[in-house]
Amino acid sequence: MPKIALEDVTKSFGSKKVLRGITMKIPAGKSVVVIGGSGTGKSVLLKCILGLLKPDSGSIKIDGVEVTTLHPWQRESMMRKFGMLFQGGALFDSLPVWENVAFGLVQGKRTSRRKAQPIAYDALAKVGLSEDVGLLSPAELSGGMQKRVALARAIASQPEIIFFDEPTTGLDPITADVINDLIVESVHNLGATALSITHDMASARKIADIIAMIYDGKIVWQGPASDIDHSGNEYVDQFIHGRAQGPIKLEVKRS
Amino acid sequence: MLGLASVGRFALVFSAIVGKLSKFFVQSVLSCLVPPYFLGQLGRQLWRIGYNSLPVVGLTALFTGSALALQIYIGGSRFNAEGIVANIVAIGITRELGPVLAGLMVAGRVSAAIAAEIGTMRVTEQIDALVTLSTSPFKYLVAPRLLAATICLPLLVGIADTIGILGGYLVGTRSLGFNSAVYLKNTMDFIEMGDVTSGLIKAAVFGFIIALMGCYHGYHSAGGAQGVGRATTNAVVSASVLILASNYFLTSIFFGE
Ligand SMILES: Nc1ncnc2c1ncn2[C@@H]1O[C@H](COP(=O)(O)OP(=O)(O)OP(=O)(O)O)[C@@H](O)[C@H]1O
Ligand SMILES: [Mg+2]
Repeated sequence: MPKIALEDVTKSFGSKKVLRGITMKIPAGKSVVVIGGSGTGKSVLLKCILGLLKPDSGSIKIDGVEVTTLHPWQRESMMRKFGMLFQGGALFDSLPVWENVAFGLVQGKRTSRRKAQPIAYDALAKVGLSEDVGLLSPAELSGGMQKRVALARAIASQPEIIFFDEPTTGLDPITADVINDLIVESVHNLGATALSITHDMASARKIADIIAMIYDGKIVWQGPASDIDHSGNEYVDQFIHGRAQGPIKLEVKRS
Repeated sequence: MLGLASVGRFALVFSAIVGKLSKFFVQSVLSCLVPPYFLGQLGRQLWRIGYNSLPVVGLTALFTGSALALQIYIGGSRFNAEGIVANIVAIGITRELGPVLAGLMVAGRVSAAIAAEIGTMRVTEQIDALVTLSTSPFKYLVAPRLLAATICLPLLVGIADTIGILGGYLVGTRSLGFNSAVYLKNTMDFIEMGDVTSGLIKAAVFGFIIALMGCYHGYHSAGGAQGVGRATTNAVVSASVLILASNYFLTSIFFGE
Protein backbone atom coordinates (compact mmCIF):
# COMPACT_ATOMS: atom_id res chain seq x y z
CA MET A 1 0.00 0.00 0.00
CA PRO A 2 1.43 3.41 -0.90
CA LYS A 3 1.94 5.83 1.98
CA ILE A 4 0.19 8.58 0.04
CA ALA A 5 -2.03 8.05 -2.98
CA LEU A 6 -3.54 10.86 -5.02
CA GLU A 7 -6.24 10.22 -7.58
CA ASP A 8 -7.29 12.87 -10.06
CA VAL A 9 -6.94 15.79 -7.62
CA THR A 10 -8.07 19.16 -8.96
CA LYS A 11 -7.92 22.62 -7.45
CA SER A 12 -8.86 26.01 -8.86
CA PHE A 13 -8.74 29.50 -7.45
CA GLY A 14 -11.68 31.32 -8.97
CA SER A 15 -11.40 30.77 -12.70
CA LYS A 16 -7.73 29.83 -12.47
CA LYS A 17 -7.22 26.08 -12.72
CA VAL A 18 -4.03 25.22 -10.86
CA LEU A 19 -4.23 21.44 -10.45
CA ARG A 20 -6.00 19.69 -13.33
CA GLY A 21 -6.00 16.08 -12.23
CA ILE A 22 -2.94 14.97 -10.29
CA THR A 23 -2.54 11.23 -9.90
CA MET A 24 0.52 9.89 -8.09
CA LYS A 25 1.59 7.32 -5.54
CA ILE A 26 4.24 7.83 -2.91
CA PRO A 27 5.63 4.57 -1.56
CA ALA A 28 6.46 4.28 2.13
CA GLY A 29 10.06 4.97 3.06
CA LYS A 30 10.91 6.60 -0.27
CA SER A 31 11.94 10.10 -1.14
CA VAL A 32 9.91 11.63 -3.93
CA VAL A 33 10.90 14.94 -5.49
CA VAL A 34 8.46 17.04 -7.50
CA ILE A 35 10.01 19.40 -10.01
CA GLY A 36 8.27 21.95 -12.16
CA GLY A 37 8.22 25.59 -13.17
CA SER A 38 7.43 28.45 -10.87
CA GLY A 39 3.72 28.90 -10.28
CA THR A 40 2.70 25.45 -11.54
CA GLY A 41 1.00 24.51 -8.28
CA LYS A 42 3.65 22.54 -6.39
CA SER A 43 3.06 24.30 -3.08
CA VAL A 44 -0.69 24.07 -3.63
CA LEU A 45 -0.30 20.31 -4.11
CA LEU A 46 1.43 19.92 -0.74
CA LYS A 47 -1.19 22.05 0.99
CA CYS A 48 -3.98 19.95 -0.49
CA ILE A 49 -2.41 16.77 0.89
CA LEU A 50 -2.01 18.42 4.30
CA GLY A 51 -5.62 19.58 4.23
CA LEU A 52 -4.65 23.25 4.45
CA LEU A 53 -6.44 23.72 1.15
CA LYS A 54 -9.50 21.74 0.15
CA PRO A 55 -9.22 20.15 -3.29
CA ASP A 56 -12.21 20.67 -5.59
CA SER A 57 -12.38 17.01 -6.53
CA GLY A 58 -10.40 13.80 -6.44
CA SER A 59 -9.19 11.53 -3.68
CA ILE A 60 -6.20 11.71 -1.35
CA LYS A 61 -5.41 8.67 0.77
CA ILE A 62 -2.82 8.53 3.53
CA ASP A 63 -2.09 5.02 4.79
CA GLY A 64 -5.23 4.01 2.95
CA VAL A 65 -7.44 6.54 4.75
CA GLU A 66 -9.34 9.05 2.67
CA VAL A 67 -8.36 12.45 4.08
CA THR A 68 -10.35 14.90 1.96
CA THR A 69 -13.48 14.16 3.99
CA LEU A 70 -11.84 13.92 7.42
CA HIS A 71 -13.45 15.70 10.32
CA PRO A 72 -11.25 18.48 11.80
CA TRP A 73 -10.77 16.52 15.04
CA GLN A 74 -9.55 13.44 13.15
CA ARG A 75 -7.32 15.58 11.03
CA GLU A 76 -5.51 16.83 14.12
CA SER A 77 -4.33 13.32 14.95
CA MET A 78 -3.51 12.66 11.29
CA MET A 79 -1.23 15.70 11.44
CA ARG A 80 0.96 14.01 14.05
CA LYS A 81 2.35 11.90 11.21
CA PHE A 82 3.50 14.97 9.32
CA GLY A 83 6.34 17.42 9.35
CA MET A 84 6.27 20.32 6.94
CA LEU A 85 8.89 22.81 5.87
CA PHE A 86 7.08 25.81 4.42
CA GLN A 87 8.57 27.62 1.45
CA GLY A 88 8.56 30.87 3.42
CA GLY A 89 9.68 29.29 6.71
CA ALA A 90 6.53 30.30 8.62
CA LEU A 91 8.39 30.52 11.93
CA PHE A 92 6.45 31.81 14.93
CA ASP A 93 7.94 35.25 15.45
CA SER A 94 6.59 35.53 19.00
CA LEU A 95 8.71 32.59 20.18
CA PRO A 96 12.49 32.17 20.41
CA VAL A 97 14.16 29.83 17.95
CA TRP A 98 14.43 26.80 20.23
CA GLU A 99 10.75 26.99 21.20
CA ASN A 100 9.88 27.12 17.52
CA VAL A 101 11.80 23.90 16.98
CA ALA A 102 10.29 22.27 20.07
CA PHE A 103 6.76 23.45 19.26
CA GLY A 104 5.48 20.22 17.72
CA LEU A 105 6.77 18.26 20.70
CA VAL A 106 5.59 20.62 23.44
CA GLN A 107 2.22 21.78 22.10
CA GLY A 108 1.35 19.07 19.57
CA LYS A 109 2.59 15.99 21.40
CA ARG A 110 2.51 17.39 24.93
CA THR A 111 6.10 16.53 25.79
CA SER A 112 7.46 18.46 28.76
CA ARG A 113 9.55 21.49 27.92
CA ARG A 114 12.50 20.08 29.81
CA LYS A 115 12.50 16.92 27.69
CA ALA A 116 11.87 18.80 24.46
CA GLN A 117 14.66 21.34 24.88
CA PRO A 118 17.64 19.02 24.28
CA ILE A 119 15.83 17.48 21.31
CA ALA A 120 15.34 20.95 19.87
CA TYR A 121 18.99 21.87 20.33
CA ASP A 122 20.00 18.58 18.78
CA ALA A 123 17.82 19.31 15.73
CA LEU A 124 19.39 22.78 15.48
CA ALA A 125 22.85 21.26 15.57
CA LYS A 126 21.88 18.90 12.74
CA VAL A 127 21.07 21.84 10.47
CA GLY A 128 24.36 23.47 11.37
CA LEU A 129 23.15 26.08 13.84
CA SER A 130 25.03 26.67 17.07
CA GLU A 131 23.63 26.74 20.63
CA ASP A 132 23.49 30.52 20.91
CA VAL A 133 21.03 30.76 18.01
CA GLY A 134 18.46 28.98 20.17
CA LEU A 135 17.61 32.00 22.27
CA LEU A 136 17.36 34.50 19.42
CA SER A 137 14.06 35.51 17.92
CA PRO A 138 13.43 34.40 14.30
CA ALA A 139 13.48 38.03 13.17
CA GLU A 140 17.14 38.24 14.20
CA LEU A 141 18.21 35.51 11.75
CA SER A 142 19.25 35.68 8.12
CA GLY A 143 16.95 34.18 5.49
CA GLY A 144 19.03 31.03 5.12
CA MET A 145 19.22 30.56 8.89
CA GLN A 146 15.44 30.92 9.15
CA LYS A 147 15.07 28.24 6.51
CA ARG A 148 17.30 25.91 8.52
CA VAL A 149 15.35 26.57 11.73
CA ALA A 150 12.15 25.77 9.86
CA LEU A 151 13.77 22.57 8.65
CA ALA A 152 14.80 21.67 12.19
CA ARG A 153 11.22 22.28 13.32
CA ALA A 154 9.86 20.01 10.59
CA ILE A 155 12.06 17.07 11.58
CA ALA A 156 12.31 17.56 15.37
CA SER A 157 9.34 15.38 16.25
CA GLN A 158 10.58 12.61 13.92
CA PRO A 159 7.44 12.47 11.77
CA GLU A 160 6.58 9.54 9.52
CA ILE A 161 5.98 11.79 6.53
CA ILE A 162 8.00 14.92 5.84
CA PHE A 163 7.23 17.55 3.23
CA PHE A 164 9.99 19.90 2.16
CA ASP A 165 8.95 22.90 0.09
CA GLU A 166 12.20 24.09 -1.49
CA PRO A 167 14.54 23.07 1.33
CA THR A 168 17.72 24.42 -0.29
CA THR A 169 16.52 27.63 -1.92
CA GLY A 170 18.43 30.60 -0.55
CA LEU A 171 21.27 28.52 0.91
CA ASP A 172 24.91 28.53 -0.14
CA PRO A 173 26.03 25.36 -2.00
CA ILE A 174 27.85 23.89 1.00
CA THR A 175 24.99 24.36 3.45
CA ALA A 176 22.61 23.11 0.78
CA ASP A 177 24.58 19.91 0.58
CA VAL A 178 24.48 19.50 4.37
CA ILE A 179 20.71 19.84 4.16
CA ASN A 180 20.54 17.31 1.33
CA ASP A 181 22.45 14.84 3.48
CA LEU A 182 20.10 15.49 6.34
CA ILE A 183 17.06 14.76 4.18
CA VAL A 184 18.63 11.57 2.90
CA GLU A 185 19.46 10.59 6.47
CA SER A 186 15.90 11.27 7.67
CA VAL A 187 14.54 8.98 5.00
CA HIS A 188 17.10 6.20 5.25
CA ASN A 189 17.82 6.12 8.98
CA LEU A 190 14.42 7.07 10.37
CA GLY A 191 12.43 5.36 7.66
CA ALA A 192 10.42 8.49 6.93
CA THR A 193 8.59 9.10 3.69
CA ALA A 194 9.60 12.37 2.09
CA LEU A 195 7.97 14.55 -0.52
CA SER A 196 10.14 17.45 -1.59
CA ILE A 197 9.78 20.28 -4.02
CA THR A 198 12.83 21.79 -5.57
CA HIS A 199 14.16 23.68 -8.55
CA ASP A 200 17.70 22.72 -7.63
CA MET A 201 18.58 19.75 -9.86
CA ALA A 202 21.73 18.92 -7.89
CA SER A 203 19.59 18.60 -4.79
CA ALA A 204 16.94 16.60 -6.63
CA ARG A 205 19.50 14.10 -7.90
CA LYS A 206 20.92 13.67 -4.44
CA ILE A 207 17.75 13.28 -2.38
CA ALA A 208 15.30 11.64 -4.79
CA ASP A 209 14.44 7.99 -5.19
CA ILE A 210 11.64 9.00 -7.51
CA ILE A 211 11.20 12.22 -9.47
CA ALA A 212 7.90 13.55 -10.78
CA MET A 213 7.48 16.54 -13.03
CA ILE A 214 4.42 18.75 -12.86
CA TYR A 215 3.36 20.89 -15.77
CA ASP A 216 0.07 22.59 -16.55
CA GLY A 217 -1.61 21.06 -13.50
CA LYS A 218 -0.71 17.47 -14.33
CA ILE A 219 2.12 15.04 -13.67
CA VAL A 220 3.78 14.79 -17.10
CA TRP A 221 6.52 12.36 -16.12
CA GLN A 222 7.38 10.18 -13.17
CA GLY A 223 10.21 7.70 -12.81
CA PRO A 224 13.25 6.60 -10.83
CA ALA A 225 15.75 9.36 -10.19
CA SER A 226 18.40 7.48 -12.16
CA ASP A 227 16.28 7.78 -15.31
CA ILE A 228 16.06 11.54 -15.21
CA ASP A 229 18.77 12.05 -17.84
CA HIS A 230 17.20 9.67 -20.34
CA SER A 231 13.54 10.14 -19.56
CA GLY A 232 12.64 10.56 -23.21
CA ASN A 233 10.29 13.33 -22.12
CA GLU A 234 10.84 16.68 -23.74
CA TYR A 235 9.38 18.63 -20.80
CA VAL A 236 11.81 16.98 -18.41
CA ASP A 237 14.75 17.50 -20.78
CA GLN A 238 13.95 21.16 -21.17
CA PHE A 239 13.59 21.61 -17.42
CA ILE A 240 16.76 19.85 -16.30
CA HIS A 241 18.85 21.63 -18.90
CA GLY A 242 17.18 24.95 -18.15
CA ARG A 243 16.50 25.87 -21.76
CA ALA A 244 14.22 28.71 -22.71
CA GLN A 245 13.33 26.90 -25.96
CA GLY A 246 11.08 23.85 -25.86
CA PRO A 247 7.52 22.76 -25.20
CA ILE A 248 7.30 24.76 -21.93
CA LYS A 249 6.53 28.33 -22.83
CA LEU A 250 6.97 31.18 -20.43
CA GLU A 251 4.78 34.12 -21.28
CA VAL A 252 7.18 37.04 -21.33
CA LYS A 253 6.97 40.24 -23.26
CA ARG A 254 9.84 40.88 -25.60
CA SER A 255 10.44 44.40 -26.77
CA MET B 1 -35.05 45.70 -11.64
CA LEU B 2 -31.55 46.92 -11.04
CA GLY B 3 -32.47 47.91 -7.50
CA LEU B 4 -33.92 44.49 -6.80
CA ALA B 5 -30.80 42.76 -8.10
CA SER B 6 -28.54 44.74 -5.84
CA VAL B 7 -30.80 44.08 -2.86
CA GLY B 8 -30.56 40.39 -3.71
CA ARG B 9 -26.78 40.57 -4.05
CA PHE B 10 -26.53 42.37 -0.74
CA ALA B 11 -28.71 39.72 0.92
CA LEU B 12 -26.48 36.97 -0.48
CA VAL B 13 -23.26 38.58 0.69
CA PHE B 14 -24.79 39.35 4.05
CA SER B 15 -26.02 35.82 4.65
CA ALA B 16 -22.63 34.44 3.56
CA ILE B 17 -20.93 36.62 6.17
CA VAL B 18 -23.43 35.66 8.84
CA GLY B 19 -22.89 31.99 7.99
CA LYS B 20 -19.11 32.31 8.14
CA LEU B 21 -19.29 34.23 11.39
CA SER B 22 -21.68 31.72 12.99
CA LYS B 23 -19.38 28.86 12.06
CA PHE B 24 -16.43 30.74 13.53
CA PHE B 25 -18.46 31.50 16.66
CA VAL B 26 -19.42 27.87 17.23
CA GLN B 27 -15.89 26.63 16.60
CA SER B 28 -14.47 29.25 18.96
CA VAL B 29 -16.85 28.45 21.80
CA LEU B 30 -16.26 24.72 21.39
CA SER B 31 -12.52 25.22 21.51
CA CYS B 32 -12.90 27.12 24.80
CA LEU B 33 -14.65 24.09 26.30
CA VAL B 34 -12.84 21.10 24.83
CA PRO B 35 -9.29 20.29 26.04
CA PRO B 36 -6.36 20.68 25.54
CA TYR B 37 -6.27 24.06 27.28
CA PHE B 38 -3.33 26.37 26.76
CA LEU B 39 -3.09 27.94 30.20
CA GLY B 40 0.21 29.67 29.52
CA GLN B 41 -1.36 31.43 26.56
CA LEU B 42 -4.39 32.36 28.68
CA GLY B 43 -2.14 33.91 31.33
CA ARG B 44 -0.26 35.92 28.74
CA GLN B 45 -3.50 37.22 27.22
CA LEU B 46 -4.96 38.11 30.62
CA TRP B 47 -1.90 40.25 31.17
CA ARG B 48 -1.97 41.87 27.73
CA ILE B 49 -5.72 42.46 27.53
CA GLY B 50 -6.44 43.16 31.18
CA TYR B 51 -3.49 44.72 32.90
CA ASN B 52 -2.26 46.70 29.93
CA SER B 53 -5.71 48.22 29.40
CA LEU B 54 -5.84 49.65 32.92
CA PRO B 55 -4.37 53.11 32.14
CA VAL B 56 -6.62 53.88 29.19
CA VAL B 57 -9.74 52.58 30.94
CA GLY B 58 -8.89 54.42 34.16
CA LEU B 59 -8.29 57.75 32.45
CA THR B 60 -11.42 57.43 30.33
CA ALA B 61 -13.52 56.73 33.42
CA LEU B 62 -11.97 59.55 35.45
CA PHE B 63 -12.63 62.24 32.86
CA THR B 64 -16.07 60.91 31.96
CA GLY B 65 -17.18 60.86 35.60
CA SER B 66 -15.90 64.40 36.07
CA ALA B 67 -17.56 65.77 32.95
CA LEU B 68 -20.78 64.00 33.81
CA ALA B 69 -20.87 65.62 37.25
CA LEU B 70 -20.35 69.06 35.73
CA GLN B 71 -23.07 68.59 33.12
CA ILE B 72 -25.62 67.28 35.59
CA TYR B 73 -24.90 70.15 37.91
CA ILE B 74 -25.41 72.66 35.11
CA GLY B 75 -28.48 70.89 33.75
CA GLY B 76 -29.93 70.23 37.21
CA SER B 77 -29.57 73.85 38.27
CA ARG B 78 -32.08 74.84 35.59
CA PHE B 79 -34.83 73.36 37.74
CA ASN B 80 -33.15 73.60 41.11
CA ALA B 81 -32.15 69.97 41.24
CA GLU B 82 -28.38 70.33 41.68
CA GLY B 83 -28.50 67.92 44.59
CA ILE B 84 -29.07 65.00 42.25
CA VAL B 85 -25.49 65.01 40.88
CA ALA B 86 -24.21 62.11 43.02
CA ASN B 87 -27.17 59.88 42.18
CA ILE B 88 -27.08 60.44 38.44
CA VAL B 89 -23.31 60.04 38.24
CA ALA B 90 -23.54 56.72 40.07
CA ILE B 91 -26.30 55.30 37.95
CA GLY B 92 -25.01 56.73 34.67
CA ILE B 93 -21.53 55.37 35.18
CA THR B 94 -22.44 51.91 36.43
CA ARG B 95 -25.29 51.21 34.05
CA GLU B 96 -24.13 52.75 30.78
CA LEU B 97 -21.02 54.86 30.55
CA GLY B 98 -18.66 52.58 32.44
CA PRO B 99 -19.26 49.46 30.37
CA VAL B 100 -19.79 51.20 27.03
CA LEU B 101 -16.83 53.56 27.17
CA ALA B 102 -14.48 50.94 28.61
CA GLY B 103 -15.74 48.52 25.97
CA LEU B 104 -15.11 50.98 23.16
CA MET B 105 -11.68 51.96 24.41
CA VAL B 106 -10.62 48.34 24.84
CA ALA B 107 -12.10 47.54 21.43
CA GLY B 108 -9.76 50.09 19.91
CA ARG B 109 -6.75 48.70 21.71
CA VAL B 110 -7.39 45.00 21.81
CA SER B 111 -9.48 44.13 18.73
CA ALA B 112 -6.90 45.90 16.61
CA ALA B 113 -3.97 44.17 18.25
CA ILE B 114 -5.59 40.74 18.00
CA ALA B 115 -6.58 41.21 14.37
CA ALA B 116 -3.12 42.47 13.43
CA GLU B 117 -1.33 39.65 15.21
CA ILE B 118 -3.52 36.80 13.97
CA GLY B 119 -3.79 38.40 10.52
CA THR B 120 0.00 38.54 10.20
CA MET B 121 0.20 34.94 11.30
CA ARG B 122 -2.33 34.05 8.61
CA VAL B 123 -0.56 35.80 5.73
CA THR B 124 2.88 34.49 6.75
CA GLU B 125 1.50 30.91 6.90
CA GLN B 126 2.14 30.67 10.65
CA ILE B 127 -1.45 29.48 11.16
CA ASP B 128 -0.90 26.74 8.58
CA ALA B 129 2.32 25.85 10.40
CA LEU B 130 0.38 25.52 13.68
CA VAL B 131 -1.94 23.03 12.01
CA THR B 132 0.95 20.95 10.67
CA LEU B 133 2.40 20.87 14.20
CA SER B 134 -0.90 19.29 15.32
CA THR B 135 -1.96 22.35 17.29
CA SER B 136 -5.42 23.73 16.64
CA PRO B 137 -5.28 27.48 15.94
CA PHE B 138 -8.68 27.78 17.59
CA LYS B 139 -7.46 26.28 20.82
CA TYR B 140 -4.04 27.88 20.78
CA LEU B 141 -4.90 31.37 19.48
CA VAL B 142 -8.63 32.03 19.62
CA ALA B 143 -9.75 30.39 22.87
CA PRO B 144 -7.20 32.09 25.18
CA ARG B 145 -8.04 35.51 23.74
CA LEU B 146 -11.80 34.98 24.00
CA LEU B 147 -11.56 33.76 27.57
CA ALA B 148 -9.11 36.46 28.63
CA ALA B 149 -11.21 39.28 27.18
CA THR B 150 -14.44 37.89 28.65
CA ILE B 151 -12.83 37.62 32.08
CA CYS B 152 -10.97 40.94 31.96
CA LEU B 153 -13.69 43.28 30.79
CA PRO B 154 -15.92 42.92 33.88
CA LEU B 155 -12.86 43.50 36.06
CA LEU B 156 -11.87 46.54 34.05
CA VAL B 157 -15.41 47.89 34.16
CA GLY B 158 -15.54 47.35 37.92
CA ILE B 159 -12.46 49.51 38.18
CA ALA B 160 -13.88 52.01 35.68
CA ASP B 161 -17.08 52.31 37.74
CA THR B 162 -15.08 53.07 40.85
CA ILE B 163 -12.81 55.59 39.16
CA GLY B 164 -15.72 57.19 37.29
CA ILE B 165 -17.66 57.76 40.50
CA LEU B 166 -14.48 59.02 42.07
CA GLY B 167 -14.13 61.54 39.20
CA GLY B 168 -17.65 62.78 39.88
CA TYR B 169 -16.91 62.95 43.57
CA LEU B 170 -13.76 65.00 43.03
CA VAL B 171 -15.53 67.53 40.82
CA GLY B 172 -18.55 67.55 43.13
CA THR B 173 -16.61 68.19 46.30
CA ARG B 174 -13.72 70.29 44.97
CA SER B 175 -15.43 72.64 42.55
CA LEU B 176 -19.18 72.31 42.98
CA GLY B 177 -19.14 72.70 46.73
CA PHE B 178 -20.78 69.44 47.80
CA ASN B 179 -20.06 68.13 51.25
CA SER B 180 -17.96 65.04 50.84
CA ALA B 181 -19.81 62.88 53.39
CA VAL B 182 -23.17 63.81 51.92
CA TYR B 183 -22.00 63.09 48.37
CA LEU B 184 -20.74 59.66 49.34
CA LYS B 185 -23.88 58.87 51.30
CA ASN B 186 -26.07 59.90 48.36
CA THR B 187 -24.06 57.64 46.08
CA MET B 188 -24.13 54.63 48.36
CA ASP B 189 -27.81 54.98 49.25
CA PHE B 190 -28.93 55.40 45.69
CA ILE B 191 -26.92 52.79 43.86
CA GLU B 192 -28.38 49.29 43.72
CA MET B 193 -26.78 45.93 43.16
CA GLY B 194 -28.64 45.58 39.85
CA ASP B 195 -27.03 48.75 38.49
CA VAL B 196 -23.58 47.31 39.00
CA THR B 197 -24.23 43.71 37.98
CA SER B 198 -26.06 44.69 34.79
CA GLY B 199 -23.02 46.73 33.85
CA LEU B 200 -20.67 43.86 34.59
CA ILE B 201 -22.73 41.41 32.54
CA LYS B 202 -22.66 43.88 29.66
CA ALA B 203 -18.91 44.08 30.09
CA ALA B 204 -18.50 40.32 29.75
CA VAL B 205 -20.53 40.37 26.54
CA PHE B 206 -18.46 43.28 25.21
CA GLY B 207 -15.24 41.46 26.06
CA PHE B 208 -16.40 38.44 24.11
CA ILE B 209 -17.36 40.64 21.14
CA ILE B 210 -14.00 42.43 21.20
CA ALA B 211 -11.95 39.23 21.09
CA LEU B 212 -14.29 37.49 18.66
CA MET B 213 -14.11 40.33 16.12
CA GLY B 214 -10.33 40.58 16.44
CA CYS B 215 -9.87 36.84 15.96
CA TYR B 216 -12.46 36.52 13.20
CA HIS B 217 -11.07 39.30 11.03
CA GLY B 218 -7.48 38.28 11.67
CA TYR B 219 -8.17 34.63 10.96
CA HIS B 220 -9.84 35.41 7.63
CA SER B 221 -7.41 38.07 6.47
CA ALA B 222 -5.77 37.60 3.09
CA GLY B 223 -3.55 39.52 0.75
CA GLY B 224 -0.45 40.62 2.60
CA ALA B 225 0.12 43.82 4.54
CA GLN B 226 -2.88 45.56 3.01
CA GLY B 227 -5.12 42.66 3.98
CA VAL B 228 -3.90 42.79 7.56
CA GLY B 229 -4.57 46.54 7.66
CA ARG B 230 -8.08 45.95 6.38
CA ALA B 231 -8.66 43.21 8.94
CA THR B 232 -7.55 45.53 11.74
CA THR B 233 -9.88 48.33 10.68
CA ASN B 234 -12.80 45.95 10.20
CA ALA B 235 -12.19 44.40 13.60
CA VAL B 236 -12.32 47.73 15.43
CA VAL B 237 -15.31 49.05 13.48
CA SER B 238 -17.36 45.87 13.78
CA ALA B 239 -16.51 45.40 17.45
CA SER B 240 -17.53 49.00 18.23
CA VAL B 241 -20.79 48.80 16.33
CA LEU B 242 -21.66 45.44 17.86
CA ILE B 243 -20.91 46.79 21.34
CA LEU B 244 -23.23 49.74 20.86
CA ALA B 245 -25.96 47.61 19.31
CA SER B 246 -25.78 44.86 21.93
CA ASN B 247 -25.70 47.51 24.65
CA TYR B 248 -29.07 48.74 23.47
CA PHE B 249 -30.54 45.24 23.53
CA LEU B 250 -29.04 44.40 26.90
CA THR B 251 -30.34 47.64 28.36
CA SER B 252 -33.82 46.90 27.07
CA ILE B 253 -33.64 43.39 28.50
CA PHE B 254 -32.39 44.51 31.92
CA PHE B 255 -34.39 47.71 32.38
CA GLY B 256 -37.22 47.47 29.82
CA GLU B 257 -40.78 47.13 30.93
N1 LIG C 1 -4.36 31.20 -1.75
C1 LIG C 1 -4.32 31.39 -3.08
N2 LIG C 1 -5.26 32.15 -3.67
C2 LIG C 1 -5.26 32.34 -5.01
N3 LIG C 1 -4.37 31.81 -5.84
C3 LIG C 1 -3.40 31.05 -5.32
C4 LIG C 1 -3.32 30.81 -3.91
N4 LIG C 1 -2.27 30.01 -3.67
C5 LIG C 1 -1.71 29.79 -4.87
N5 LIG C 1 -2.37 30.40 -5.87
C6 LIG C 1 -2.06 30.34 -7.30
O1 LIG C 1 -1.77 29.01 -7.62
C7 LIG C 1 -0.67 28.94 -8.52
C8 LIG C 1 0.34 27.94 -8.01
O2 LIG C 1 0.93 28.43 -6.81
P1 LIG C 1 2.04 27.61 -6.05
O3 LIG C 1 2.40 28.41 -4.87
O4 LIG C 1 1.59 26.22 -5.84
O5 LIG C 1 3.24 27.61 -7.09
P2 LIG C 1 4.59 26.80 -6.99
O6 LIG C 1 4.55 25.74 -8.03
O7 LIG C 1 4.84 26.39 -5.61
O8 LIG C 1 5.63 27.93 -7.46
P3 LIG C 1 7.07 28.29 -6.89
O9 LIG C 1 8.00 27.31 -7.47
O10 LIG C 1 7.31 29.64 -7.44
O11 LIG C 1 6.98 28.22 -5.42
C9 LIG C 1 -0.12 30.34 -8.65
O12 LIG C 1 -0.43 30.81 -9.93
C10 LIG C 1 -0.83 31.15 -7.62
O13 LIG C 1 -1.18 32.39 -8.16
MG1 LIG D 1 5.99 27.01 -4.11
